[in-house]
Amino acid sequence: MLGGALRRRVRWLPFGLSDAPLSRLLVGVAVVIVLAMIPMLDRNSSHISAFADTGYVMILAFGLNIIVGYTGLLALGFAAFFAIGSYTYAFLASPQYGVHLSFWPMLLVSAAVAAIFGLLLGAPTLRLRGDYLAIVTLGFGEIVPQVFQNLDKYTGGPDGIAGIDQPRLFGYAFGFNPTPYYYLYFVIIVICLVLLNNLRNSRVGRTWMAIREDELAAEHMGINTTSAKLLAFSLGSAFAGVAGVIYAAKLSTVSPSGFDFNTSVMILAAIVLGGMGNLIGVLFGSAIIGLLNFFVLPQSSNWAHSLGTALHMDFLQGVDLNAYRFMIYGIILVLVMLFRPEGLVPSAARRAELHAEQEAGAGIALQEQAEFGADIP
Amino acid sequence: MSALLSLRSVSKTFGGLAAVKSLSLDVERGAIVSLIGPNGAGKSTVFNLITGIYAPTDGTISLDGRALNGMKPSAVAASGIMRTFQNIRLFAFMSVLDNVMVGRHVRMRAAVWDGAFHTPSARREESAVAQSAMQLLEFVGLRRYAHEWARNLPYGMQRRLEIARALAPEPSLLLLDEPAAGTNPAEKQALMDLVTSIRDRGVTVLLIEHDMRLVMGISDEIHVLDYGEKIAAGLPETVRRDPRVIEAYLGKGA
Repeated sequence: MLGGALRRRVRWLPFGLSDAPLSRLLVGVAVVIVLAMIPMLDRNSSHISAFADTGYVMILAFGLNIIVGYTGLLALGFAAFFAIGSYTYAFLASPQYGVHLSFWPMLLVSAAVAAIFGLLLGAPTLRLRGDYLAIVTLGFGEIVPQVFQNLDKYTGGPDGIAGIDQPRLFGYAFGFNPTPYYYLYFVIIVICLVLLNNLRNSRVGRTWMAIREDELAAEHMGINTTSAKLLAFSLGSAFAGVAGVIYAAKLSTVSPSGFDFNTSVMILAAIVLGGMGNLIGVLFGSAIIGLLNFFVLPQSSNWAHSLGTALHMDFLQGVDLNAYRFMIYGIILVLVMLFRPEGLVPSAARRAELHAEQEAGAGIALQEQAEFGADIP
Repeated sequence: MSALLSLRSVSKTFGGLAAVKSLSLDVERGAIVSLIGPNGAGKSTVFNLITGIYAPTDGTISLDGRALNGMKPSAVAASGIMRTFQNIRLFAFMSVLDNVMVGRHVRMRAAVWDGAFHTPSARREESAVAQSAMQLLEFVGLRRYAHEWARNLPYGMQRRLEIARALAPEPSLLLLDEPAAGTNPAEKQALMDLVTSIRDRGVTVLLIEHDMRLVMGISDEIHVLDYGEKIAAGLPETVRRDPRVIEAYLGKGA
């Protein structure tokens, strides 16, 4: 009885939610409620700030997942589009030029600007494949922060732009309080999840995956692979643009150092860790990398310091685990690649690709033999 | 009545090597036409010329009177020519059903926002396409494997899935590149029946095949290539007895 009810779909829900069985919707709602209550349970604002910052890692990972996970284009240097989104908002909502556009429409404007730069980079380079594309995007990722750093007349150089406007909603000023940013990221991530899940199961999503699987065959199915790849690239970049605006607003300052290669690696690590091509996997991977980066490492330095004070061990008092961040990423990635190369929550396809060589087709081959066996001489 | 596909003195050279020399060929509507010849005769090159992988060095290719020269493969597919591949090229890690639905791509309208928001029109289109894809899978006998991955199918079924995928947009011309390669005798017989019933659905078929029993059994017309040149053409019986064909296959003095 109950089991049947849980497997039913709720027909009247919009945006493709009606495709999911009730049980999965309920799990989703429960998770949403628990996560939404965190700022009420944990009143430490530095914790909430760390959780909120994990939000931009997630949005960036969603964007990169479209490019790398769905379409199979290995793009490094994704932080460039994050930088472009942040600086777009910084230019148009700060004392730098005395322009103060509202935060909310800027989410879309920055998304569009990042998407346009995605097109500009993609148009000449997407004919390249694999390693070559990786190198070109890596170069772009290095160029963009350098440009922002060296055009100091316009961008404030290495110091960046400060005093960036912070959002207001119905008269409520976000300010430097992390809680409203936490909820803002939260809402945007939920929207992203629904839209991306729909997109994956649509004509466009199939196009991307067909290109990932076999570009030549996709072309012969009538898919304009160039425009499909451009679409993936610019749409993925648009996500980075949105993340950039919230990031800039929350800090109220941007500087080129926030968008270096480390950020690109962090995002790529998040989707590889979680499981490329699978939304839930990407969500987990980016949560782990984000929390590790913003919460676990800084906090555990503090714990080590207090432990050092308590035990009178000097070396523990001076330890800064943040300095070992990339060593820890490295260890995690090596371990994941050794023991679970498909990621923590892989898409079914990648799991099979990496593990199921031996069992492939065995079951069906037997059935086939039963069907045709009689005729085989 | 004019031919559906016509090649007029089409040539293709790679550097100094002439892969296809001044080939003229007509495929009549509703026919099963076969292209045979020894290995390296240029048959696959002809397919690649028709589908836009290569541009002809010389000559014209036209479908229904419209020139295809210089079109990209995706545009050729959109104009109504679909193909299968000599080495199966399925979307391995997509479901059997999704493979066929990708095949339907050119006949679908849904754009990004339709996909992202699941608009009513996109939902209608999606379910109609899924339904017609299931019918096609029924037609090639793969309906019950719809939710398997393409790569999990055994070889013979993968061949049939490629055909279903190519039929998805209701093409006017279907190019089959050695569909019987690597299949067992029972599957070969099933394949002959399948190709015949594809023709009966109103799809013209151009076929590259090495299996002579299959070719002789179902072709309305056969063209024989050797070293990029057409050395014979006509009904199966005529071609079978043509001394130049026998020579090309078996060598002089046979």
